[in-house]
Amino acid sequence: MNAFIALVRKDLLLYFGNRRALLMSIVAPILIAAFFGALFGGGDSKPARIKVAVTDLDRSPLSGQAVAALRADTAFEIVEAADAEALALVKAGKAAAAITVPSGFGELAAAAMFGGAKPQFVLRYDPSQAMAREVVRGLLAEHVMQTVGRSLASADSPLLADFREQTLRSTALPEPRKLDLVQMLDSIARVQRWSAPPQGAGAGEAFALPYVTREEAASARPQIKYNSYSHSFAGMGVQFVLLMGVDLGVGLLLMRRMGLWKRLRAAPLSKGKLLASRIASCALIAVIVFAIVYAVAMAVFGVRIEGSVPGFILVLASFALLTASFGLLIAAVGATPEATRGLAILATLLMVMLGGAWVPAFVFPAWLQKLSLLAPTRWAVDGLDAMTWRGLPLHDALLPVAVMLGFTAAFAALAVWRFEWEE
Amino acid sequence: MLEVVGLRKSYGTRAAVTDVSLCVRPGEVLGLLGPNGAGKSTTIGMISGLTVPDAGTVALEGAALAFDPDGFRRRIGLVPQDLALFEDLTALANLELFGALYGIPRPRLRERAAEVLAVVGLRDRGRDKPSTFSGGMKRRLNIACALVHDPDVLLLDEPTAGVDPQSRNAIFDNLESLKRQGKALVYTTHYMEEAERLADRIVIIDHGGVVASGTLAELTMLPAARTLQLDVDEAVDTDMLAALPGVKRVRRMSSDRGNLEDVFLALTGRGLRD
Repeated sequence: MNAFIALVRKDLLLYFGNRRALLMSIVAPILIAAFFGALFGGGDSKPARIKVAVTDLDRSPLSGQAVAALRADTAFEIVEAADAEALALVKAGKAAAAITVPSGFGELAAAAMFGGAKPQFVLRYDPSQAMAREVVRGLLAEHVMQTVGRSLASADSPLLADFREQTLRSTALPEPRKLDLVQMLDSIARVQRWSAPPQGAGAGEAFALPYVTREEAASARPQIKYNSYSHSFAGMGVQFVLLMGVDLGVGLLLMRRMGLWKRLRAAPLSKGKLLASRIASCALIAVIVFAIVYAVAMAVFGVRIEGSVPGFILVLASFALLTASFGLLIAAVGATPEATRGLAILATLLMVMLGGAWVPAFVFPAWLQKLSLLAPTRWAVDGLDAMTWRGLPLHDALLPVAVMLGFTAAFAALAVWRFEWEE
Repeated sequence: MLEVVGLRKSYGTRAAVTDVSLCVRPGEVLGLLGPNGAGKSTTIGMISGLTVPDAGTVALEGAALAFDPDGFRRRIGLVPQDLALFEDLTALANLELFGALYGIPRPRLRERAAEVLAVVGLRDRGRDKPSTFSGGMKRRLNIACALVHDPDVLLLDEPTAGVDPQSRNAIFDNLESLKRQGKALVYTTHYMEEAERLADRIVIIDHGGVVASGTLAELTMLPAARTLQLDVDEAVDTDMLAALPGVKRVRRMSSDRGNLEDVFLALTGRGLRD
């Protein structure tokens, strides 16, 4: 046991005495996780507004109201510009989209609500911001519908009166249908008059959206706000701890090259003890590094273990063992330290990417989401998410833990099988 | 006494060691000479337990390596050809680590580490890292790491590679001191003058087998290295000398006596091996 402890102690001393390794394992994940956390809406910071250029070719009161409604939306930063200028802004990437309100919109809008000719809005968008296009389209529909609906349905609305006159003058409509439509418009006007809100209370909402939305973040508990740093620290912690495993694996190859492995093997130690000490020290370093990273995440970025603390510890411990066996596998299959380091970093980054550490896995296409289940990192990130911001109980940690331990056993078995004892 | 009998080792179809037997007694230095690829390192590997032989036995005081590998290894100290040191641990930490691997109890470790540091002349550098040492100091620490568990036999694989004459001399002094303490030393080297100075007996290996063994005096008396000195008044016809009964070939006319290098080259040839 004395020899085993000495070997583990040696690895700890070497690792924590190496400033570069510390920088990579502890400082780098904290900095990058802070960046990603902020990027995905960490803390109380307001999300960035979508910049949209608007060209109002109609210049009618109705189009003015529609543009005002868009401007009042906190999701948008509206810039009014001429048509060509608006297009140039989108092409230059300075605006996510440009909306052109066509001339005649105010005149045609009411009839268009009842099957008449529809004015055509033009929505130009930056193809690199496809998600912004969806948001602009949705909010544009909401605001134009509400504006037109409100104007059409408000008492003494000139739009309603104009539309009544247009209907009466129409030669295209058969008389019975014309009569029905005029009666309906008169009914609306009457209803609006007797249900009009008191003076100054704003327009009626007869044609408002038929629902209101109450938004709740489905995180740990209703009273706890989602902290996006939780996910980013899980992801970056997983990435850099795995890279630490790569370093230790490559370190074993360097030990071979330097003759140190020969010297260790010349000592009265079993192969099992030599490899087990390596796994133990790597796992211990992984746990220590993760603990420090999470301590900073908790102290500075408000990350909390909202779920099961034993579950969180189990997930961390399993991932630490997984990292250790991964490092050993690298040492077993690697030829030279230089070539092995490059390949191992590539494999690590692929695993981390698939694991959803950079971009959440729900963004992946369906086939990639299924494929990502084959990456042990996916289970590590999911397990850490479950025990932190999702606030799930212990049993939700068990599947990720079991999968990671399965990978650990497979990596370790492969490593022992492929490990060359003699130079 | 370390006894090695009939060692053999092949890697695939390549025979690295075909038949090596040797012995070394306490207080004796055995020089192991051979050109590159002759099988010296494989032999050292088999003696130290790093390489499992295909055939043959290695025993110390009658206790075979194969029957008690851990017990055997505790009595062997290996000085690898490479500087097998943890450069980012202090010299003391290196020694304490290697001592712990051999089961030295913790209270004794520091004391023992300080002792061997003194033996190799690094008493004042224990708290420094090897990365700050000169090549010669690293070589001495490399030897100290093999001595920390006080082995009976020291296997030294080219321990002076790349050091200056002063450091080499200091290492020789260390090894002679160990020899006086009764340690058995197996010393592989390419340098004939090192073997001439240190070795009580010499084994020359080539193509995986022992081609000659004996004391320096015995080896220089081998026919392959024996020279005939003639005092002549006039130029000598070498063809005429070669025709004399018992003379196979006249290599050169010389008044020097043969040395170990003559023996070595005569036995292993002058062709490059790598």
